[in-house]
Amino acid sequence: MAQEDCKGIWVFAEQQDGKLNDTVFEILARALDLKNHSGEEITAVLLGKGVTALAPALFEYGAEAVIVAENDALAQYSARPYEKALTQLVQKHRPSILLYGATSLGRDLAPRVMVSLRTGLTADAVDLGFDEDGVFCQTTPAYGGSVLARIAILEKRPQMVTVRPKMFDPVEPRSGASGRMIAETVDIAADGDYEVLETMARQDHGGSIEDADILVSGGRGIKSEEDLKRLDELAALLGGRLAASRPLVDSGWLPHDRQIGQSGTTVKPKYIFNVAISGSVQYQVGMQKAGCIISVNHTKGAPIFDISHYGAVADYRALIPALIEEIRRRKA
Amino acid sequence: MKILVFVKQVPDTDDVALDPKTGRLVREGVESKLNPVDANAVEAAVQLKEKHGGTVGVVSMGPPQAEDVLKKALALGCDESYLLSDRPLGGADTLATAYTLSLAARRIGGYDLLLFGRNAVDGDTAQTGPATAAFLGIPQVTLASSIDVEDGWVICERRLEDRTQKVRARMPALVTVTAEMNKPRYPKPVDIVKALKKPRHAWTAQDLGADPSRIGMNGSPTSTRGLMEPRKRKADTKYFQGQPREIAAQIADLLHDERLI
Repeated sequence: MAQEDCKGIWVFAEQQDGKLNDTVFEILARALDLKNHSGEEITAVLLGKGVTALAPALFEYGAEAVIVAENDALAQYSARPYEKALTQLVQKHRPSILLYGATSLGRDLAPRVMVSLRTGLTADAVDLGFDEDGVFCQTTPAYGGSVLARIAILEKRPQMVTVRPKMFDPVEPRSGASGRMIAETVDIAADGDYEVLETMARQDHGGSIEDADILVSGGRGIKSEEDLKRLDELAALLGGRLAASRPLVDSGWLPHDRQIGQSGTTVKPKYIFNVAISGSVQYQVGMQKAGCIISVNHTKGAPIFDISHYGAVADYRALIPALIEEIRRRKA
Repeated sequence: MKILVFVKQVPDTDDVALDPKTGRLVREGVESKLNPVDANAVEAAVQLKEKHGGTVGVVSMGPPQAEDVLKKALALGCDESYLLSDRPLGGADTLATAYTLSLAARRIGGYDLLLFGRNAVDGDTAQTGPATAAFLGIPQVTLASSIDVEDGWVICERRLEDRTQKVRARMPALVTVTAEMNKPRYPKPVDIVKALKKPRHAWTAQDLGADPSRIGMNGSPTSTRGLMEPRKRKADTKYFQGQPREIAAQIADLLHDERLI
C-alpha cells in the first residue's frame, strides 16, 4: 500500500480464550504517545468468536475505535485465517501504523500479514517514536542485544511492528470510557490443514519467569547442577522462580523458557538475584527493568554490578548456603 | 519424503562492537558459523529422514562463503545443497529474503516439509520462516520443540508463554524449530569427506527467476537508519561487606525490610 490516504494507528488486540493479552494495554499506552505527535486516531482490532465483550476494556485503556470481526473460523487462533481476516480489514481501512505484541502469537501472525500486504515489519521493538524528521522509527536489538538498530519503513504502508512485552506501562484505565464500535464481516474459511490437538497449561518449574515477582537467576559461573538446586531452593524460600542466563540453558541444565535475555525472555520482576552472572549486554537487556537488582559475583569488575542496586563480591558456593540458612533461621 | 532445511551463516559472536567513528559494525576478525538453532533444524531433518526415509536438501542465501555452512550441513547428513548467492540479493530484509527463499523452494519443488531454526542470532527477527510459508501459501508451525510426521501430517509440540500445544499441519508445511528439539550431532571425519562428493548447486537471482524489484535492498520495505550502543543503566551500587555469613545476614536484613521474609 502506498503512503497516500493511509492514516490511523492500529493495535492488534491479541486475545486467547476471551482474554486480552497484557501487551495490548502496554502497546495502547505507547500508541497514545504516538498520537500526541501525529494526531492520528487509535483503533484496536479484535478478531475472534464471541469477543465483542472485550471492547470496553480497549476503550478504557486508550482505544478511540474498536474494529471487531467475529467469525467461527477465528474462534481459535490459526495463522492463515487470522492472516486473511487482518489483511482484509487493513485493505479496507488503510491504517498507517499497525502494532502487534511480540508474543508467540504476534510473531506467528505478523510475518504472514507482512507478506500478504507486501509491507515492512520490524521485529521485537523495544522502543517506538518519531524522529526529528517526523519519520516513525522502531528501535530493535540485534546481535543478541549488543547493538540497537533504528529501523524505519519509509514507503510502504502500514508500517508494521511487533513490540516486545513489558516495555511500556499501561495507562490508568478510564472507567466507563467508550468510542466508535465498528463491526466488520470477514470473508474467510477455517483452515482445514492446521489443527490444535491439545493445549496444556505450563506447569514445569512453577510457572513462567515472565510474570514472577522474584527471580533467582544463575549464570556461567555456576559449577554444577547440584549448585543450581541450591538456587532453586533459595527461589522457593522467597516465593520466587529460578531463571538463568544463556550458558546454563545452552548446557541443557534448564529449558529455554527459563532464559533471561535478548534471545530468551525479557523480565521485569520486583526483585532479581543474579548469581555468578557476569552480565553480558544481552542478559542486561533482558532484566534491566527489574525493580531491585541484587548480584553476587566473585569478580569485582563484573559488568553486572554496573546495573545492580546491591552487590556482593563473594563466592556463591559459600554465600548461597549461608543465605538459605539465615533465611530459614529467621523464618523459624 | 522430501525435506528442505534453511540455514544461515552468522557472525561467531553475539558481542559485536560498533566503530565509534562511523557507527558501523566492526566486522574485521569476526569469524562466521552456522546459526546455532539452524543446527537443530538440520538435526531434526536428518532424524526424520533416518526414521521415515527420503532426502534432505539444505538451502542458504548469503555471500559465497556461506558455502561453509552448507558443507557443514552436508557433513551432518543432508543430501544436497543450494547456495543462493548474488550481489543483487544482498541487503535483503525478511520480506525480500522470504521471497527469495520461496522461489528456491519452488524451483527445487516436490517438498513435503520445510524446516527453519526459530531465529537467527544476528538479526533475530524470527520472521523469515513464517514469511516464507506465507509466500508459499502453506501452513506453518512456529516454535516447535518436537516433530514427527504421520499420514501426510507433521505433528509438533509448541512451548508458548503459558501453555504447551500439540498441533498438526498437513504437508507440505513449514516448521520453525527451537533448541529444545534435539542435540545436534557432531560430524565424523568420514562424513566430512563424504560430504565433499554430495551435489552442490549455486543459483543466482536470475536462475531463480526473481523479480529484481522484489529482492535485496530494492525489495526491502524496512531500512536501518542507524545503529546504537544500548544505553546502560549505571546504578549507584551498594556493596555488602564481610565474610559470606556476614553478607548473608545483611541480605537477610534487606529482605526483611522489603517484607520478603
